[in-house]
Amino acid sequence: MSSQDIPEENLPAAQDTSHGAVKLADEQNPFADPGLPPHEPRVQDIDERAAKRSERTVALLFTVSMLATVGFIASYVTIPVDKSVFIWPIGHISALNFALGMTLGLALFCIGAGAVHWARTLMSDHELADERHPIEAAPDVRAKVMDDFRQGAKESALGRRKLIRNTMFGALALFPLSGVVLLRDLGPLPGTKLRHTLWSKGKLLVNMNTNEPLRPSDLIVGSLTFAKPEGLEEHDHGFQTEIAKAALMLVRIQPDDIKDKRSLEWSHEGILAYSKICTHVGCPISLYEQQTHHALCPCHQSTFDLSDGAKVIFGPAGHPLPQLRIGVNDEGYLEALGDFDEPVGPAFWERG
Amino acid sequence: MSTTTTPESRARGKAPAGERVADWADGRLGIYSLAKANMRKIFPDHWSFMLGEICLYSFIIIILTGVYLTLFFHPSMNEVEYHGSYVPLQGQLMSEAYKSTLDISFDVRGGLLIRQIHHWAALIFVAGMFVHMMRVFFTGAFRKPREINWLFGFLLLVLGMFTGFTGYSLPDDLLSGTGIRFMEGAILSVPIVGTYISFFLFGGEFPGDDFVARFFSIHVLLLPGIMLGLVVAHLILVFYHKHTQFPGPGKTNKNVVGMPLLPVYMAKAGGFFFLVFGVLAAVAAIATVNPIWSIGPYRPDMVSTGAQPDWYMGFSEGLIRVMPGWEINFWGHTLVLGVFIPLLIFPLVLAAIAVYPFIESWVTGDKREHHILDRPRNAPTRTAFGVAWMTLYFVLLVGGGNDIWATHFHLSINAITWFVRIAFFVAPVVAFIVTKRICLGLQRRDKEKVLHGRESGIIKRLPHGEFIEVHEPLSQEQLYTLTAHEQPKPLELGPEVDENGVRRKVKAGEKLRAKLSKGFYGEESQIPKPTVEEYKEITSGHGHH
Amino acid sequence: MKKLSARRRHPLAALVVLLLALACTGGLYAVFAPADKAQADETAQSLTIEEGKKLYTVGCASCHGTGGQGTSDGPSLVGVGAAAVDFQVSTGRMPAATSQGAQIPRKKNIYSQAEIDQLAAYIASLGAGPAVPTEEQYGPEGADAAKGGELFRNNCAQCHNFTGKGGALTHGKYAPSLEGVAPKHIYEAMLTGPQNMPSFPDTTLSEQNKKDVIAYLNAVNGEETESPGGLSLGGLGPVSEGLFAWVFGLGALIAVAVWVAARTAKAKKS
Repeated sequence: MSSQDIPEENLPAAQDTSHGAVKLADEQNPFADPGLPPHEPRVQDIDERAAKRSERTVALLFTVSMLATVGFIASYVTIPVDKSVFIWPIGHISALNFALGMTLGLALFCIGAGAVHWARTLMSDHELADERHPIEAAPDVRAKVMDDFRQGAKESALGRRKLIRNTMFGALALFPLSGVVLLRDLGPLPGTKLRHTLWSKGKLLVNMNTNEPLRPSDLIVGSLTFAKPEGLEEHDHGFQTEIAKAALMLVRIQPDDIKDKRSLEWSHEGILAYSKICTHVGCPISLYEQQTHHALCPCHQSTFDLSDGAKVIFGPAGHPLPQLRIGVNDEGYLEALGDFDEPVGPAFWERG
Repeated sequence: MSTTTTPESRARGKAPAGERVADWADGRLGIYSLAKANMRKIFPDHWSFMLGEICLYSFIIIILTGVYLTLFFHPSMNEVEYHGSYVPLQGQLMSEAYKSTLDISFDVRGGLLIRQIHHWAALIFVAGMFVHMMRVFFTGAFRKPREINWLFGFLLLVLGMFTGFTGYSLPDDLLSGTGIRFMEGAILSVPIVGTYISFFLFGGEFPGDDFVARFFSIHVLLLPGIMLGLVVAHLILVFYHKHTQFPGPGKTNKNVVGMPLLPVYMAKAGGFFFLVFGVLAAVAAIATVNPIWSIGPYRPDMVSTGAQPDWYMGFSEGLIRVMPGWEINFWGHTLVLGVFIPLLIFPLVLAAIAVYPFIESWVTGDKREHHILDRPRNAPTRTAFGVAWMTLYFVLLVGGGNDIWATHFHLSINAITWFVRIAFFVAPVVAFIVTKRICLGLQRRDKEKVLHGRESGIIKRLPHGEFIEVHEPLSQEQLYTLTAHEQPKPLELGPEVDENGVRRKVKAGEKLRAKLSKGFYGEESQIPKPTVEEYKEITSGHGHH
Repeated sequence: MKKLSARRRHPLAALVVLLLALACTGGLYAVFAPADKAQADETAQSLTIEEGKKLYTVGCASCHGTGGQGTSDGPSLVGVGAAAVDFQVSTGRMPAATSQGAQIPRKKNIYSQAEIDQLAAYIASLGAGPAVPTEEQYGPEGADAAKGGELFRNNCAQCHNFTGKGGALTHGKYAPSLEGVAPKHIYEAMLTGPQNMPSFPDTTLSEQNKKDVIAYLNAVNGEETESPGGLSLGGLGPVSEGLFAWVFGLGALIAVAVWVAARTAKAKKS
């Protein structure tokens, strides 16, 4: 059995220079450390012509690098920024990007390759050994430091004058609060903002594609349409924030196929309006399979059954997509019959 | 020698200019004392010791290219209409951040190249850190005195991930915006404070007008500043501890064998910087990365399939994708476990590998310095743990890319998700057991090799007709290398009852430690290495085969 | 042979075996992978029949019923319109080999355009539906590719990816890649909503909108589409980029590192 102690330190034995012959195993310990192997010369060490060849190779690499840098500057000046070129097998790419990248790459790579080739073939390759010393301080150093510290601590009287100590800790503990307080104006308080969207009673459903209000007859069974509330325009300030909550997904399913009763009531002739924002972490969910009536989220694969109240049937979402109650106004346009009755998008602590 | 005289006493112009500059600097900075210890510092030669350099150099390249990009990038979310050179986006509304990124890509000469070098370097930087960390882990290079440097490195990995995340979010394109949306949803899931944090971070409701500017200062100032400090500390410690080395003839725990910094490593390491930069520039010339123009500007109501983060965030994406949608409602509050649990597991996965060195040193009770690296097979439990961890990481990466796997291997996305759900628990265990067995097998093979020599593949026919394979005896270098590792014994608790018949109290912690120690060093966790006696018995007797 | 057996113990032997094994596995996968074999010959004889109904009776009726009323193996074709027939048959999806499986894939088309027109005329006669679009409708004249891009990201990208490279749906279904799909077929698909794809009728996605979408696709996923930065890596986003960074980026750097750290060849030859 081997010992669990530190094996005896087998310091490198005296160098054996007799041309790399393996030393015979020690009678006592065949596993003993034979020490650093003797240095073997490289071709460049013994043949000056080989060394000359290496020198020329290094110089050639540095020269190529210089030429590549000239090429880089020439490409920058001469190639138009929008010029396209076909390079097999990459395809149609920007000529400038390719030329600049390749010349820069070549210039840098050749400097590196030259330096490394130089180091590998011409600089000494004698292996050297450095000694290590323990990181830990010697006992007397440690004792001196400890004494100094005790002396300093005593002279400060921090341990004796408790009042100073405690008030100082108090002051140091309190002042970072100023920094925390300063962060308050990073944003407003949530309030009930996450509970409301732009939808309200009587707002028309406007087709995102055509910017026209939708009529029930526009939507055929199996179709998929996205709508926004009337009055919200792309150029409005705050459009992004509003559409992040109000985006609507409209599908039409044969009323007989709608399983959820409430869902059917809130629909109009089989037209169902669901929030487009996933209840998981808020991706716009709209991978609608018209035969299965499933909607899949492209981000995390939550799957909702739109024919059954948008119930979650797979994936990490925790609750169904909110449905918007819709009807038709006097002019025959689809309209909302109120806001969503629950917050849209990802769940949060105050959602309830 | 001019260096023996003080600069004042020396006549002007006698010493070469370089020496005079050095003398000037030494009088103010004390550089000679520094150089004395470091100029001929020895570095061992091994390719795996250069993985850290890949990271260091790509970090420098990222800073250089990043500074260039800030000259053209506008971290603003003001909506503008695009009228630049990219035709398929003409007249589209987009944020200034997105527009300036398009301008960098299409109108600034070389801007696209620098952008692509920056992004590729970031991907490779984090990949390099990952591989570097695994090298340190599997060779046991994290042991005393390098535990703190291990933590510095780990922090760099984590910070690198988040610097990358804040960076690829800046162009405000459809893909990165989707990632930000995911982050907002994850923050909202935090009980009690989540909603407030989200409102403070985004300056109100998502997406608001602020996050690009805020992420910009985090990405270019806060995180890289901390990282730069950590990198410097990491390097100082590498110098101070001196590099570890693999076992071999002449290499001991008290020396370091290799080439001197000046000139060999100056040329090799310096040259390697240019090699890394050159390769990255060529990669950026050949392959496109994050082509934001074809992804389109961010709109919170639009999305593309295949929405993934950059690879280093992929395992968190896997966690969130495979988690079941648990949600608990009570007293007017919602606990979003389906999002919050992955959010908690995310740091735990990373922490598992970070704290391992401290667990190992507690179990083994080893307080000595270690400068000779372990061969992974000689530390089977550690190696098995590392492989199990990597397996978990890879399984989660598969989960994070389940849609791409589905389309490219013609599989069902639901089946992959279920596979990941099960493999999350099973695969690391299997990997642990299999790896440990492989390590023990390799230890056995080493033992065979030491005792019986190397199988040469040459078949010899003996006079009486028997065929044998000739085994070549190992050289003493090889014998030493294969037997130099130490094999600790497991921790013994000692008898529960002392010699006076008094029951000794054994703390639960101690019992656990003894049990773990047995797992590390028990009979089932290491093959006793060949002893001198065994070797002599075999070699002195009959001719071996 | 002796040489081979001697090299069996070479340190790199394991690597060679691994590569061979990988190559074999790949080969086996290619042989045994479920191939979508178009049953072209099955309907070959129908090529001689002239009229749509006859074509229908031979090629389609077994699943869709003799009068297009549908059976358990295929949906009713009453009212699907000529556009649906043109799309399904021209892209080779119909006639399908089987109604089993997650989805009916695109195959080689086995009908001539004349035959498809006859079939389409027959189906259109069963009930009114969308007609086959004309070149004027899907051609590039008067199209706004940028607007098309916005429409594409709103209506299509969620399934087909931002430049139409395709994506996964539930339970093995998928949105196919739009690369190389004829503008006419893209138009018909939007109009009729084949298989699980929802339809985008002219009332919600106007004719001009459809034209714009097609122009956009041609700009970003056409044959002449430029990828300024270089290899587009499948246009799949960060997954393929990450893979490339690991394999070719880090791989190249490690190869370089091996060269930098390797011992220089020694002069002595044994």
